Amino acid sequence: MSAPIIHMENIKKHYGNVIALNGVTFDLRAGECHCLLGDNGAGKSTFIKTMSGVHKPTEGSITFEGKPLSFGSPRDAMEAGIATVFQDLAMIPLMSVTRNFFMGREPTKGRGLFKRFDIDHANEITMAEMRKMGINLRGPDQAVGTLSGGERQTVAIARAVYFGAKVLILDEPTSALGVRQTSNVLATIKRVREQGIGVVFISHNVRHAMAVGDRFTVVNRGQTLGTATRGEITASQLQDMMAGGQEMAALEGSLGGTI
Amino acid sequence: MSIDSIGRADERIKSESVVTKLMKRPELGAIGGVILVTLFFMITADRTMFTLSGIMNFMTPAAQLGILGIAAAMLMIGGEFDLSIGSMVAFAGMMFGVFVVNVGMPLMLAIPLTLALAAALGATNGMIVLRTGLPSFIVTLAGLFVLRGASLVGLKIFTGGSTQLRGIREAVEGDFMAPLFSGDAFGFIMRWLAEAGIVDSFKSGVPKVPGIPVEIIWFIVFALIATYVLLRTPAGNWIFATGGDALAAQNSGVPVRRVKISLFMLTAVAAALVAIITVMDAGSTDARRGFMKEFEAIIAAVIGGCLLTGGYGSAIGAFFGAIIFGMVTIGLTYTRFDQDWFQVFLGAMLLLAVIFNNVIRRRVTGER
Repeated sequence: MSAPIIHMENIKKHYGNVIALNGVTFDLRAGECHCLLGDNGAGKSTFIKTMSGVHKPTEGSITFEGKPLSFGSPRDAMEAGIATVFQDLAMIPLMSVTRNFFMGREPTKGRGLFKRFDIDHANEITMAEMRKMGINLRGPDQAVGTLSGGERQTVAIARAVYFGAKVLILDEPTSALGVRQTSNVLATIKRVREQGIGVVFISHNVRHAMAVGDRFTVVNRGQTLGTATRGEITASQLQDMMAGGQEMAALEGSLGGTI
Repeated sequence: MSIDSIGRADERIKSESVVTKLMKRPELGAIGGVILVTLFFMITADRTMFTLSGIMNFMTPAAQLGILGIAAAMLMIGGEFDLSIGSMVAFAGMMFGVFVVNVGMPLMLAIPLTLALAAALGATNGMIVLRTGLPSFIVTLAGLFVLRGASLVGLKIFTGGSTQLRGIREAVEGDFMAPLFSGDAFGFIMRWLAEAGIVDSFKSGVPKVPGIPVEIIWFIVFALIATYVLLRTPAGNWIFATGGDALAAQNSGVPVRRVKISLFMLTAVAAALVAIITVMDAGSTDARRGFMKEFEAIIAAVIGGCLLTGGYGSAIGAFFGAIIFGMVTIGLTYTRFDQDWFQVFLGAMLLLAVIFNNVIRRRVTGER
């Protein structure tokens, strides 16, 4: 296996006297999907915000492409090739897919006063990139508001990929989606991975993680409980680790094993 | 996904009809409105309304409002309001009058200085909105009163007690820049057309319409530039994005603050431009100049398809919205209706436009 693109060792993050992360270790290789699992409040969000440059870790080291690294801002992380698709997606429903796709990074043609948004080129790229992800748009001027949640997620992912992401962090991409849309997004993740991009998939849904993940890391109470490779671990073992074992087993028993 | 189904989707793209495409444009309502209002006046109004001089008659106020309306539309698309533009017309008019009459500046200095000071006031509005995070509605409402009051007080100081400053026409007479901001343009074309018998002329051979009032030229040029900027430049995309969702835009690298401040500066400069044109035309300025224009400009923008929530609209829509406004204001004098129906008419138009826009927006975005 190749060396990891990003390696985060023993990351700690304190907010005043609150310890949000207390030693998280995580690495990601090109072309793999590494799932970060944890229940609400486990520290997943804080951790990805550290990875995407929003927060600076209190302690611990980040190595990106073999070099130690410290991001000053999310912009730095983006430029280095770490793209994050947050749950709100940074999409504007009233605007067309193309305009959303190139928001803030519009291709231009012409010079000086006549420098203009090259909309034809942008439309072509958008259609092509979306087709690669398996979504056939009615037209590049279709408003994002008319897309389903899964399709919007895909636009956000396609945008990150197009703009050169090496690491793609997906924050709960399937949490608000229906069954069909979830499978579409999971299929998109597979496609992205096949292009050699490392995907960090954050979820608290073990089944979704098992569907695409190569490795699984569980976070609980701000600490990593360990990393398992696909095939080494079962869904219910992961579930137990996430919830913290004992109590969950008891709860699950009383619920008849439906969770 | 098979190649096959991709091919099918391509066919679907081609099949989108021109009508559906048109239905998606925000200015559709305003164009429909212009057609309706034109039909209405064709039936009810005196025939002279649609002669060349009649058209100039209603296009002149339409242009004066339209310059404000287009700027207001761009700001609304960017997600903010500016209620201070009407008062800004009075304040800029006062500044311009004082520069020209009291200080005796040539237009070459007075005009850029007036525009620059207005831009600075616009930037201040924007800065306050961004710093405080308060709705621009409230911040600029304060501006509405402050600037109106300041114009009143200022005029009294500079004229020694009067609220009207006279002598502007005399002061700018013969200035080489004056024809750009006052009077009629393309007079030679009109004379030529009159000689050829294409347009009406008086017995002396002088055309009945001596030229196109300059504000109409400014209005059309501004509408074209604004439309180009909105639809074909990165800045246009930033304006839509900023108004659509400022946080999402910010996270995607759009300079949201710069966009908003620039738009506030634009509305203020548009107000100053209207002030300069109308003050030079009237030869004097007073504290009531631009009264209620802030609301009329917003109405023109809304009739033109702008959503009150931002992120959607068009400059060309505001262009037509302003023309509707001009036609209704002036048109009623050509009919036998009482002129004062005009406000009733506008209120009804506004309500209709808002309802219509809402429906269209739902269709376009598939909001459920």
